[in-house]
Amino acid sequence: MKSSNGKGRKAYKQFHADLLLKLEMRSNPEALSLVRATLERAAEALNFHSVERRAIVRSVDEALANVMRHAYEGKSGLPIVVTFRRLYGQNPQACEGIEVLLEDEGVAVNPSKLKGRPLEDIRPGGLGLHFIRQSMDEVEFSRKHGKNQLRMVKYLAIPKTESGSQGE
Amino acid sequence: MEIAARESQGGTILDLSGDIDLAHSPAMRKALLGEIKEKRTPKVFLNLKNVRYIDSSGIASLVEGLKASREIGSRLILYSLSNTVREVMQLSRLQKIFEIYENEEQALSS
Repeated sequence: MKSSNGKGRKAYKQFHADLLLKLEMRSNPEALSLVRATLERAAEALNFHSVERRAIVRSVDEALANVMRHAYEGKSGLPIVVTFRRLYGQNPQACEGIEVLLEDEGVAVNPSKLKGRPLEDIRPGGLGLHFIRQSMDEVEFSRKHGKNQLRMVKYLAIPKTESGSQGE
Repeated sequence: MEIAARESQGGTILDLSGDIDLAHSPAMRKALLGEIKEKRTPKVFLNLKNVRYIDSSGIASLVEGLKASREIGSRLILYSLSNTVREVMQLSRLQKIFEIYENEEQALSS
């Protein structure tokens, strides 16, 4: 399953990716606040605007909560790996975005259940996927080597160099 | 997350603070449904001024509370939404189905 929210200006471009951070965590909801705080600082260091930072944090938090509730069916103590990569183009100093990859060893997710629900249907539940799709530029789910993988990308609105000036 | 309750204007004010996420939304849900379904409080005010974060499970609990209040004819009133909470409400397009006020004074006089 792959989706894009239509910000096509990046779609044709080739990006390089540097490992920024790799977290090995367990499926304990209490750990979510630690991931949010860490990711908030990482996104800030990459010069994401506050609205974009909240979008990234919200998406990763919702995705992790989905893993805990659905892939691991509420069982705690099971492994989740979260990898953050910094994306850049021809100029390595100009960060252009962040890629987040979540991997879990839970039950295979049925792609037909990854549609969320219509927002007109006012009832509890089913909002997490909607938040992710609204907040990230690319969302891609796959099943590889017995693991669920969720890849999400958020591009910087205006690429900036590490010194803060506008990049390429 | 912390929840403190106080009485006011024929209802109960629940002051929420901290993060309402997968770890803590069950506690908020329990407090909210306790006021609405068990105590049958005619007006339940949620003060969200100090809520730093709310996820979809927190929003789901608010929707559940709203449905429960409509079933018994009571009111669920939200006020002082932080930027984070407001953004999530807009994303879920729920801001129009809740009674939302800017501050406590406006909420209590509604």
